Amino acid sequence: MPDVEARKAEIRELAEAAVNKPATFGPDLDLSEFNAAEDATSVESLASLSKQTKEAALEIGFDATEEGRSGSYFQMDRSPIYRKVEEMFDNKLEIMSTEEALRLYPELMYEKYYWRNVAPDKDKYTAQVALSTTEGYFIRVKAGQKIDKPIQACLFVSENNISQNVHSIIILEEGAEANVLTGCTIHPKVRNGLHAGISEFYVGKGAKLTFTMIHNWSEDFHVRPRTGVTVEEDGTYVNNYVMLKPVRSLQTFPVARLIGDRSRAVFNSIVYGLDDSYVDIGSETSLEGAGTRSEAIARTVSRERATIYSRGRLIGKNNDCKAHLDCRGIVMSEESTQWAIPDLASVGAPGAELSHEAAISPIAAEEIYYLMSRGVPKDEAVSMITRGFLDLEIPGLPPALRRQIDKALEETAKEAL
Amino acid sequence: MALNQSRPLLVVEDLHVTVGEHEVLRGINLTINEGETHVLLGPNGGGKTTLLNTVVGLPGYRITQGRITFKGTDLAELEIDERARLGIGVAFQRPPAVRGIKLRQLIEVAAGDGAHEELLADLIGDLTLKKMIDRDVNMGFSGGEMKRSEMAQLLAQSPELTLFDEPESGVDLDNIAVVGKAMNRLLKAERIGKGTRSGLIVTHTGHILEYVNADIGHVLYDGKLACKGNPLDLIGEIGKHGYDKCVECALCQM
Repeated sequence: MPDVEARKAEIRELAEAAVNKPATFGPDLDLSEFNAAEDATSVESLASLSKQTKEAALEIGFDATEEGRSGSYFQMDRSPIYRKVEEMFDNKLEIMSTEEALRLYPELMYEKYYWRNVAPDKDKYTAQVALSTTEGYFIRVKAGQKIDKPIQACLFVSENNISQNVHSIIILEEGAEANVLTGCTIHPKVRNGLHAGISEFYVGKGAKLTFTMIHNWSEDFHVRPRTGVTVEEDGTYVNNYVMLKPVRSLQTFPVARLIGDRSRAVFNSIVYGLDDSYVDIGSETSLEGAGTRSEAIARTVSRERATIYSRGRLIGKNNDCKAHLDCRGIVMSEESTQWAIPDLASVGAPGAELSHEAAISPIAAEEIYYLMSRGVPKDEAVSMITRGFLDLEIPGLPPALRRQIDKALEETAKEAL
Repeated sequence: MALNQSRPLLVVEDLHVTVGEHEVLRGINLTINEGETHVLLGPNGGGKTTLLNTVVGLPGYRITQGRITFKGTDLAELEIDERARLGIGVAFQRPPAVRGIKLRQLIEVAAGDGAHEELLADLIGDLTLKKMIDRDVNMGFSGGEMKRSEMAQLLAQSPELTLFDEPESGVDLDNIAVVGKAMNRLLKAERIGKGTRSGLIVTHTGHILEYVNADIGHVLYDGKLACKGNPLDLIGEIGKHGYDKCVECALCQM
């Protein structure tokens, strides 16, 4: 397999050249401060996970009972400790670790999917993952298969001060449909560490991927996901991102390329910035095919000393394309900062229609009084309005995911009281 | 009714209210007894909404003199929500849109412990709320939808005293009839065991009185209650002579 070997060497070379390259956005981290992740032991069934692990996983939508799920993947630190495809989805859906997929399908992976949507030399975080990957999942849905129950994945950090460098790949073949719910979280004892995650998604012709990610970190944890998506003809990619707990720093800027005609991308982001959190989120959609459409919606609330950057970039490259960006923020503390940064470009496409609405404003006092006039105490009114503000109505979201987001929002609202 | 008339619900005594630097109310005296519906007429800018909002407890309305009691409790120290829980409800003229809060949720919170499926189904049917019930409250609602939404919330809340701010404004004829019916339901306490209900209706046109029976009318003019009388008579006089003449009229002189 000369091509595979050559590509491996190329990836390594690119990554090595980028080990000190800071990211475009977000605070620069010294990666030498983090330890390598340890091995964990596989489990026969999710029931044997510790109670604390199961509870932490459930908070980000991973249900250890696997009820209502078509398949599961669970990774502890560097080790994939569990994976399963429900029987009825056998031959329709593959779930395994990325390492395993590389062993099984080396040529296909290196030629088409592995490091094809995200560049290994994008920055020091991609370089770190390229040079010392700690697994990640591979999910492939076969052509024409519609997986009606969500696929769940959990990337779990159980030790202090390690660097989890995951590389995950999702492939939806032509006409396939799937909902993937990925939760990333930590054991309650974990205070600090780094999660660097590469995600490469390939949405085939007429396929539809709904990818929902719920993040749950801690006050001293750093997070650097790097996501690249390509969508072919008539394909749809929906990205839902939810983070409602404190984090030391998080910076993510997924990029979707709508290469096929009539392909679509939708980004929905809900971020609640607490304590000293530094959150820099955004998305980029590159509209390349004819008749491509995209929408990016972000809702951000910041409290205490939190800083949030909410970015959105739309690049129109086809005369027949249309995209809209809608980011709204509420700053709830005098020590908190928010930036809303819409960024639109039409590149050689005079027909491209790109628009944005960005707003940062307080909760309107009259809305609070309105609720109070119905007998709701002030604190509760503020909490209801905040929850409502963050509660994006995401069309087509499967009920199981809807419930998960509702639950996360409810718990956050309760805590805010 | 005669028995109830001896029991005052809302008592406004020598009320002076300043908004910003401007004294809007200049010595209002008003008693609403249990079971009574009063109408507050008067030209725009006369202070009708100021009186309502002061009773509700909205900030920005500073009482410089006098007081308001409800069921014997001085309202001065009470927050908006405490007044609501004490039994004061308000239908706003232009309620704000609240992103992310559904009409259904607001009806549920307004009903408090009384929230149940039957009540909701009843309100949805009675006020044709089907298309609005799961929408963000007042977000893109038409004039009629907005008023129907207010009525539904109040019927759920079931306050002892309901304040209506211009219930007919921005509403077409079909909707006025629906709103009027809901107001009667609120004021007549049709529901068993809910006791008597009182109301204060602010209107500058008086159209709503074609649908709702009111007991006593007042004209609020230049910060004072200038006349008191049969609401329909007052409207007749105002229609003929305008507010300026009306307040000078012997018929109305208190």
